[in-house]
Amino acid sequence: MDSLLNQVPIGLSIGAVLLLVALGLTFTFGQMGVVNMAHGEFIMAGGYTAYMLQDWAGSQAVLAALPVAFAVAGALGWVLERLAIRHFYGRPLDTLLLTWGVSLVLQQAARDLFGAPNVQVVAPGWLTGRIEVLGGALPYARLFIMALAVACVAGIWLYLSRSRPGRRMRAVMQNRQLAEVSGVATARVDQLTFFIGSGLAGVAGVALTLIGPVGPSIGTYYIVDAFLVVVAGGLGQLRGAVIAAVALGMLNSYAEFWTDASLAKVIVFAVVIGFLQVRPQGMFVLRSRALT
Amino acid sequence: MREPFLRPLAAAVLLPAALLTACGGESGDGAGGGASGGSTIKVGVLHSLSGTMAISEVTVKNSETLAIEEVNAAGGLLGKKVEPVVEDGASDWPTFAQKAQKLIKKDKVATVFGGWTSASRKAMLPVFERNKALLWYPVQYEGLESSPSIFYTGATTNQQIVPGLDYLKEKGKKKLYLVGSDYVFPRTANKIIKAYAKANGMQILGEEYTPLGHTEYSTLVNKIGEAKPDAVFNTLNGDSNVAFFKQLRSAGFDAAKLPVMSVSIAEEEVKGIGIDNIVGQPVAWNYYETTKGRANDTFVKAFKAKYGTGKVTSDPMEAGYNAVHLWAAAVKKAGSTDPEAVKKAAAGLSLDLPEGKVTIDGPTQHVYKTARIGVVRKDGLIDEVWSSKEPIKPDPYLKSYPWAAGLS
Repeated sequence: MDSLLNQVPIGLSIGAVLLLVALGLTFTFGQMGVVNMAHGEFIMAGGYTAYMLQDWAGSQAVLAALPVAFAVAGALGWVLERLAIRHFYGRPLDTLLLTWGVSLVLQQAARDLFGAPNVQVVAPGWLTGRIEVLGGALPYARLFIMALAVACVAGIWLYLSRSRPGRRMRAVMQNRQLAEVSGVATARVDQLTFFIGSGLAGVAGVALTLIGPVGPSIGTYYIVDAFLVVVAGGLGQLRGAVIAAVALGMLNSYAEFWTDASLAKVIVFAVVIGFLQVRPQGMFVLRSRALT
Repeated sequence: MREPFLRPLAAAVLLPAALLTACGGESGDGAGGGASGGSTIKVGVLHSLSGTMAISEVTVKNSETLAIEEVNAAGGLLGKKVEPVVEDGASDWPTFAQKAQKLIKKDKVATVFGGWTSASRKAMLPVFERNKALLWYPVQYEGLESSPSIFYTGATTNQQIVPGLDYLKEKGKKKLYLVGSDYVFPRTANKIIKAYAKANGMQILGEEYTPLGHTEYSTLVNKIGEAKPDAVFNTLNGDSNVAFFKQLRSAGFDAAKLPVMSVSIAEEEVKGIGIDNIVGQPVAWNYYETTKGRANDTFVKAFKAKYGTGKVTSDPMEAGYNAVHLWAAAVKKAGSTDPEAVKKAAAGLSLDLPEGKVTIDGPTQHVYKTARIGVVRKDGLIDEVWSSKEPIKPDPYLKSYPWAAGLS
């Protein structure tokens, strides 16, 4: 029974991981409609940023890496948008192939730069303990990831609703033509959106060093789950992504508890597919008067 | 919109298939005649240099090329230099089959050293059998195989998993929890473990598989915590090990509280997992960088000189290194690189190698290996804490173990 209750915090923490890896995608995929398969490699870039910063920040590298990884992954995303993706707007399938190729190139680049084996990122000492919750142990590392996810969501919400560039971003997302004729430089907004979306992947990558491997393949482990969250939540919907991530985390936690890891994946996919049959737009639908 | 997307995709799928068929068609000319003509003997080195398996396989490629250099430095073979032809299996088993075919047919190599996953070996097996060529496979595996075209220089189950269980039994660990990746090796290994447990009065409290590349282990850790086993037998492979040990450790399970016996974690993987997360945990192999002996001192020194002092040597690397030297000795003895002659010469052949004396068992084409249980120490290397004293005769079908009847 104890362990049954303990699945609640586990489900929440899985949800937090899902949310973190998916947040950036709600920008690039959800708002801009770019199927960015290289999103996982921006997560990887975040992990390697933490690894590189260890020389300088020692065991506190994870903390120091959060802003740096945001900038590094964001810059990578910005370059990708400028060099390639902007020529493919409105062609989702071509973008998919293009970004998938980019993701393979980035993986191999990481292999050549850092070597094929996983690298070690030492967690800060204050993150190694755990607290007892509902009869089970909840590691500090998991709590940190949850707090980080909440902080990111709060930050994004404030940015989108309270800041000028955030409002411009929403304007472009809701009605591109109208925003454009109103004087919003949509191309610049696109660049910024892509920078932020990719940067958030970098932040997720730093957090993941606490619980998983840091290596060239890490992006491939999370990319599908990330898309799943965004699609289930509804494109471009922050609250949809939050609710979908937590729901999928809980579902995953209990499905795996009662069956096993492989079957849990099947169940999660089946539930999402079933759900999309009922609500093809995801949980929340963006209402807009745009003609497209 | 659908068409332009599907067309390149279809081409990408069909092209390799077409190539394979084309290569398969010209099976007329003799294979494995690498020694004839030219001033070098070509050998194939076929490992994943890209993709998810590159993490492990690149290191084996390195030790094999080192061994080839050593053979050349000692005067070469049959008066010729040995020339490695390196190919990338790209972590994709059809690619392994295709590249094996290319090495045999186009490069006319005398033999191939390669493979890591059982899937890659199973894909290459028919290619080598059809061409009557030779493959040297350097990784511990699930047994139950003995191809006339393959020499297995890694451990089979009775040289690694069974000794691992013997060790746990000796330590009084009676209740086990089995954790593995969801593919052929862990499932076969766990079948053997369950048969062993039944015959030895041990209890299996749980058996869980996770997909390859799985990184979310909190639920599994919770299940293990609830089952309260004496020890975990871990057959996870690759990156999953990192996530599993990180999350196990952060939930409060260290080596003292819950020993986890692993069969796929060597020196190379320890750093990626994080030494803190795995220090003190037992592993089962046949070789460690710390293994005593002159042959190993030479190997470790040569490896570090070539690839950097920060690099470590591990069991599969050593098995790959052994494969090259065993093949070279067999060629010398046979006076030819013809696969049949080499096989005949290899039977019973014995060499002093880093893990100690290694003898090729003629009938199974596996090698006698000393089993060693090690414990991960604070600097990431592994200390031997138990060994089988002498090399164990390979028994891929576990015929000499009564409890294993009905497994193969």
